[in-house]
Amino acid sequence: MEWLANLFGSYWPGVELTGWTLIKIVAIVAPLMGAIAYLTLAERKVIGYMQVRIGPNRVGYFGLLQPLADGVKLLFKEVILPTAANKGLFLLGPVLAIAPAFAAWAVVPFDMNMVLADIDAGLLYILAMTSVAVYGVIIAGWASNSKYAFLGAMRSAAQIVSYEIAMGFALVGVLMCANSLNLGKIVMGQSGGLLHWYFLPLFPLFIVYFISAVAETNRAPFDVAEGESEIVAGFHVEYSGMAFAVFFLAEYANMILVSILAALMFLGGWLSPVTFIPDSFLWLLAKVGFLLFLFLWFRATFPRYRYDQIMRLGWKVFIPITIVWIVFVGGMMQTPWAYLFH
Amino acid sequence: MTFFGLHFQDIVFYTLAAILLYAGLRVITTRNPVYAALYLVLAFFTAAGIWLLLEAEFLAIVLVLVYVGAVMVLFLFVVMMLDINLDRLREGFWSALPVALPVGGLMAVEMVMIVGVRNFGVDKVAAPAPHPADYSNTAELGRVLYTDYLLPFELASVVLLVAIIAAIALTLRDRKDSKSMDPSKQVLVKKADRIRIVKMQAEVETPVAADSTEENK
Repeated sequence: MEWLANLFGSYWPGVELTGWTLIKIVAIVAPLMGAIAYLTLAERKVIGYMQVRIGPNRVGYFGLLQPLADGVKLLFKEVILPTAANKGLFLLGPVLAIAPAFAAWAVVPFDMNMVLADIDAGLLYILAMTSVAVYGVIIAGWASNSKYAFLGAMRSAAQIVSYEIAMGFALVGVLMCANSLNLGKIVMGQSGGLLHWYFLPLFPLFIVYFISAVAETNRAPFDVAEGESEIVAGFHVEYSGMAFAVFFLAEYANMILVSILAALMFLGGWLSPVTFIPDSFLWLLAKVGFLLFLFLWFRATFPRYRYDQIMRLGWKVFIPITIVWIVFVGGMMQTPWAYLFH
Repeated sequence: MTFFGLHFQDIVFYTLAAILLYAGLRVITTRNPVYAALYLVLAFFTAAGIWLLLEAEFLAIVLVLVYVGAVMVLFLFVVMMLDINLDRLREGFWSALPVALPVGGLMAVEMVMIVGVRNFGVDKVAAPAPHPADYSNTAELGRVLYTDYLLPFELASVVLLVAIIAAIALTLRDRKDSKSMDPSKQVLVKKADRIRIVKMQAEVETPVAADSTEENK
């Protein structure tokens, strides 16, 4: 350390900060990549068992090495550039899909003071980053120069923009209860056991948030952007090899992100449900795992929504529900029962 | 900390400013409208970076959230859907130039007169004192907005509401000939509305002697 400090001289504080930040980023991204890889396996296993199949079981014990095998296979496949595609944007699409999906993790707290960037407007930052993620889909769909890809991109864009509003309103309720945009403070506002978690006073918003999250990540039953039976695979139909895999990495990273956000904002994050068991990062893991299981469960059981029904659900059901509940919470805060909403 | 006499913030600022100028220039010079929209996205994103340097993190993030995340998505949506003929768009360029040039020039002069160095120079507007780390731009903005500027704020929101209603009223035409489903009616459908269960006497097979002799032939 000493000789490094001497080497950089007066630049050392900056270099040290950058170095530590990089190490922290790796400490977040590396386990996240692992989680994504094993979420794909979990998905295939869970859906397999739900449909009375075994799922992947050839590579490693219980198919545990399957994600690695998939990764290696995709790495060695050729990335095909369609002749009439817009080359620059075609390659930019996957990058724009995955970069915001990872960038949003910068403000996610994992435990008390265990956060990369403890910024005040953390929740807004996450909303901004997830709203940027739609560009990956749109650009990929347009640059592919293919009908199906374009249709998928259009569907996805309309869907994400619609559900973002309901999602944003659901978060407004959380802000009103927590009096803060900082995710750490939102979690600490829920301390005191299960009954203090925000999913109880904000139950309708919690449901709206989670369903919107499923729609926002283009997961079944809202996966019309892919819609295999109608438009082949939607926006990424022209992609192959690792470029194709990057879209899936982004999708699963977003799934984990919205699950961890739901856990932090409505289910008390790392707080323990009962006061006599200490709070721990493990609680957060358990909550996120449960929410991710719901994602897989939905996919195994629900048929795909029709497109007009998706739009109706977003605009005519969820947005009115959230607005009514926000007004209700605001009104209740002026009454003697305000303590129920803090 | 300085590099070649420049503070780190200065380097960030000049980098962002250069990208912003380039992106802004490309918005109006690029021939493909989709590229133009994407360069505008880049311009917004970079402007948000510059606002972050000004410690206005709320405005910076909202710029990304609203303009990049929503407005430009809808812009791209429209631009990609339309089959824009670039040659027809550009054919009036030279005939419009004699009018457009003085108007544009006048606008530029006006802007320089107002936001130029004379009114917003370093000697006129001093650099704001850096805020402590626990200063929250978001909370401060909310406080000012809902106390000192409550009336203008509410007025602005009413104006926006009128615009929303007007936009919807203009585009929402109830076509008589379009057929659509009413989901609430669909959901309320009961079994009795769709199927009628008919009670019937079960058919009883009665062997007829004459038939069996027919078959044996």
